[in-house]
Amino acid sequence: MPSPAPMKSGSLRAEQIILFRIGEQIFALSSSSVQEVRGADSLSGGASEIAAPGVHKVRQFVRRGPNTLFLVSGARHFGLPAPEGILAFVLRDTRTALLVDSIERMTTMTRLQALPLSFCHEERRWYRGLTALDQTVVPVVRPEGFLSDEELMMLDRAVPPPEAPSEETASELEAEAPTDTNLGTELN
Amino acid sequence: MTVSTELELKSFVLLRLGERRFAVAADDTAELVSPSRVFSFPHGTPGIEGVILRRGRIVPVCDVAEKLIGTRLTERRFYLIALRRYGQRTEWVAIPVTGECELINAELTAASASDESHVAGWLSHAGDVIEVLNLDGLTPGLEDLSVGCVAPGQPGAQTHRGSEAEARP
Repeated sequence: MPSPAPMKSGSLRAEQIILFRIGEQIFALSSSSVQEVRGADSLSGGASEIAAPGVHKVRQFVRRGPNTLFLVSGARHFGLPAPEGILAFVLRDTRTALLVDSIERMTTMTRLQALPLSFCHEERRWYRGLTALDQTVVPVVRPEGFLSDEELMMLDRAVPPPEAPSEETASELEAEAPTDTNLGTELN
Repeated sequence: MTVSTELELKSFVLLRLGERRFAVAADDTAELVSPSRVFSFPHGTPGIEGVILRRGRIVPVCDVAEKLIGTRLTERRFYLIALRRYGQRTEWVAIPVTGECELINAELTAASASDESHVAGWLSHAGDVIEVLNLDGLTPGLEDLSVGCVAPGQPGAQTHRGSEAEARP
């Protein structure tokens, strides 16, 4: 009986992950890639509307000092029939704040299997791979897969130029500035 | 090539999709398993239902019935776990089938240029002429990728030239 070459899975080093939910679907995300978890309301309180043609999954953005964060609807990104998320994951080293419904739990994965080569469309950008947890298969999302360079360019073009901040606004922005929190460490 | 070589019998697995039977080279099959839970998640590849867990591996489920018999399967009795080649690499895929599979020995008649890409050849068995399937041409795979669909560092991430090199002849 023939057998394919052994899968090249990730290393056996355990990685802490957050299991989160968008609608009925559960996803995993490395906790080290989450800089902050915020209530969507608290983040969108300081957000402005944006409408970039072709990037319908982003409807709001937040200015944080020199950076602009885009609030990405996880439901629209994955094409899931779910309402707008109520939690926002600010993803480290990206310009994405991902809107999700809830955090299921935190756990560790010891094996990340590459996405089978039969999957050959946009999911290859979305996922780092798949992991099996408690006899369930969960896709592990790629933080930088929510907004492509092209989408970021379109969004940047749609962002209005910043108004000169008043003293009060400037201090608000400072207060809003992200703290460099490693959620994985914090929740341990 | 001698006549005796040309008439060499090969082993095939006959599978059933609805009322029709197809064959796959026995060398390209691994096992026949009972249907198990299919885990689905968002993706954009047509023809893939999701994945199953088999012997610790995550195996994609490819419903080939729509391509072969024009309709999706409403019932399935087994998954035929078969090998799918992607250039130098091979992976398992699970093909839902509607009945028992049968191992036979038969002579393969090679496919002609006018056959579709999923036809590896033909064989004659019990009065029927049966299509031998080329799974590489039947199930989706990275050779179908449009440029830019693979994230850097991903398996399958390659230059456009690399994609062409992986494509079936």
